[in-house]
Amino acid sequence: MNARVDAAAKPVLDVADLHVEFATHGGIVKAVRGASFAVAAGKTLAIVGESGCGKSVTVQSVMGLIPMPPGRITRGTALFAGVDILRRKIVDGDDVRGNRIGMIFQDPMSSLNPTMRVGEQLAETLRAHRGYSRSRALARAVELLALVHIPEPERRARQYPFSFSGGMLQRAMIAMAIACEPDILIADEPTTALDVTTQAQILDLLQELQRKNGMAIVLITHDLGVVARMADDVAVMYAGEIVEQASAEDLFYRCAHPYTLGLRAAMPSRSTSRTEGLRPIEGAPPDLFSPPVGCGYYARCPHAMRLCEAHRPPVFAVEAAHGARCWLHDPAAPRSVPEIQRGAGA
Amino acid sequence: MSALLETRGLTRHFALGRGQTVHAVDDVSLAIDDREVVGLVGESGSGKSTFGRTLVGLLEKTAGEVYFAGEQLPAKYRPADFQRYASRLQMIFQDPYSSLNPRMTVGEIIGEGLKLAPGQKSAQIRDEVGDWLVRVGLERNHASRYPHEFSGGQRQRVGIARALIVRPRFVVCDEPISALDVSVQAQIVRLLGELKSSLGLTMLFIAHDLSMVRYVSDRMAVMYLGSLVEIGPSDEVYSRPLHPYTQILIGSNPQPDPRTERRRTAAAIKGEIASPINVGVGCRFASRCPKVMDVCRSVTPALQTVEQQSARRVACHLYPASPRA
Repeated sequence: MNARVDAAAKPVLDVADLHVEFATHGGIVKAVRGASFAVAAGKTLAIVGESGCGKSVTVQSVMGLIPMPPGRITRGTALFAGVDILRRKIVDGDDVRGNRIGMIFQDPMSSLNPTMRVGEQLAETLRAHRGYSRSRALARAVELLALVHIPEPERRARQYPFSFSGGMLQRAMIAMAIACEPDILIADEPTTALDVTTQAQILDLLQELQRKNGMAIVLITHDLGVVARMADDVAVMYAGEIVEQASAEDLFYRCAHPYTLGLRAAMPSRSTSRTEGLRPIEGAPPDLFSPPVGCGYYARCPHAMRLCEAHRPPVFAVEAAHGARCWLHDPAAPRSVPEIQRGAGA
Repeated sequence: MSALLETRGLTRHFALGRGQTVHAVDDVSLAIDDREVVGLVGESGSGKSTFGRTLVGLLEKTAGEVYFAGEQLPAKYRPADFQRYASRLQMIFQDPYSSLNPRMTVGEIIGEGLKLAPGQKSAQIRDEVGDWLVRVGLERNHASRYPHEFSGGQRQRVGIARALIVRPRFVVCDEPISALDVSVQAQIVRLLGELKSSLGLTMLFIAHDLSMVRYVSDRMAVMYLGSLVEIGPSDEVYSRPLHPYTQILIGSNPQPDPRTERRRTAAAIKGEIASPINVGVGCRFASRCPKVMDVCRSVTPALQTVEQQSARRVACHLYPASPRA
C-alpha cells in the first residue's frame, strides 16, 4: 500500500512543455504547442481531444515514433525514471521504449505483421528486449495470450492475424505491449475501431491488468464515456495545447474550460432527453500552419472576449491540481459564465 | 397502410461454397412509415449494412420482397432499374474517404445524379450543385475542389448533398457519423435532422452507437446475426430495453459520467458475435445470453408484439405475446 502512495507522489512519466512541429510542403505545422502532464504508477491519465488536436503526436513523441525529419521536437522534456527520453536515439533492444513503456494502437490489424504467426510476433518482442531463447519466448507468448483471455492460446499462437477478430487482435496487441511488464502502457484510441460490447471487454481487461501489475496507463481517446469509465486524471487537448487538466471528478462535474463544456454538450448521454437535443460545437479547429496568437479556441468559443483573440491565456489554477487555459479565470474577467467560473469571486 | 417502404421476409445469403452459407440477413420484415426515421443498430457482423444495401438494390435479394410506395422493387436490379429508382431511394455511406471518387471534383460528384435525368443543362446543374453545397454548410466555390482537400466532416456533407440532390423520398444512412469526431458527429446529426424535416424524408439510419441513434430516430430496431430482435419507439427501447441483447448493447456503452461509471457492476458480456455461417434453430443470441433457457436452444423466437399500446415487438422467449385486443 505504501509503495502506491509513494508512487503517486512521484510520477513515472513527467512530460513538460513539449513542442512538436512538422515541415511540410505547405509550411510548418505546429502540431503540439506546449503540452505538460504527468502520470503516476497505478493511475490512468486520459488525454482527450478531436482529430488533429495533437494528442497522438504527443505520445508518439514520447515513444520516439515521430519520423524526424519531417518531425522536430523543438522544446520540452519527457522524464522517465528521472531520465529525459525525448531526444534519445532508438536502438534495437531499447531498454525503455517497448520494454518499460508499452504501447497499443487504434487499428490492431495494421499494427501486426500479417505474414507472421501471432505467437512468433509476441515472442520476437521478448527475444529482442529480454534476450529469451526462441522456445522460452514462444512458451511465454502462449502464457501472455492466456493472460489477456484469448481462448485456446496454444492454437491461437500458431495462427496468423487474419484469423483473429478485431477484439482478439486488440487483445493480442495488449499482450505484446505488456510482454515486458512495462511501468507505463500508452493506449492510443484502443477501442475506437471496436463495437461497444468488445470495447467493454477491452476496457475491463486494461483495468484488470493495471490492478495486477500496478502499471500507469496513458489513454488517448475522444470518447468522454471511456474517460469517465477509466480515468483518474484527464488532460483535454485542443489545437496542440492542453486547455484543461483535472481529476476526472473535477472535469466532469466542475469543468473550467468552454471547450470541455462544448464537448460534453455535443455528446449524447443517458440522462439528457431526446428533446433537449445535441449542441454541436460550430466551426472547425484552427489551422496549425499558422496557429492563433491568442487562445486556440477563440474562433469557436461562445464566451470569447476581445482579449482572447490576441493574448494566449496562461494556465489558471482553478483548484488544487485543476488548471484551465482560459481568461475567464482571470480575477479581472467579468463574472458572466457561472458554469465555468466557480470558486473565488464567482 | 401508410408505410412508404416495407420489407417482407427480406433475406440475403452469401454462398461460401462447400455447402456453407452466410446468413447475413434472414427473413426481416420491417415497415417504415412515410416521413419516419427508423434507427437500425447492432454489432459489426449483425447484417445491418447488408440489409440497407439490399434495400436500395445494391445487393441482390436472396428471398423476400421490398415494396416502395406500394410498388414491388425488382429482386435484382438491372442498369435501367437503377436509373429508375435512384431518384427515389438513395444512400449515404459510412466512410466519406472511400465513398467519394478522388479523381472527380466535388461539383462533379454532387451533380452526377442530376445527369441521369434527360434534358439537364450543365449551367442548371452547376447552379443546383452550388445551392446544395450551401445547404449542407459548404461554399459554392468548393465545387471545383477535390475530396482530399476536405476534412472528414466536410466530406460527409458532400456525401449528403450527393445523395439528396436528386430529391429522393427515402434515404439509407449507413453509419454516416461513425468515422467522425464527437463534435462533428453532432453537427452532421443536426444537419440530417434539418434536411429530414425540410425535405420530408423517410430514413433508415444505421449505426452502432445507440445513444446517437436515439436523437435521430422515431423508432429503433435492433439486429443480431441477421434477424431483428427488438423494435419499438426509440426513447422506450433506449430507456427500457426488453431483449437481453438490447440491454447489453445499451449497458456496454460507457456514459460520460464518472459516478455512474464507478457504480458499474455488470461485467462486460462474454464472447463475441457468433458465426453467421449455417445458422441453426433456436435463438441466435442463446450462446451469449445471460438469461438463456432450454427452450431458447430448440425453438426460434418470433418477433411479436409484447405491449399493444406502445407497439413494442421483441423476439425473446422471456416475453409472452400480448393477447390481441
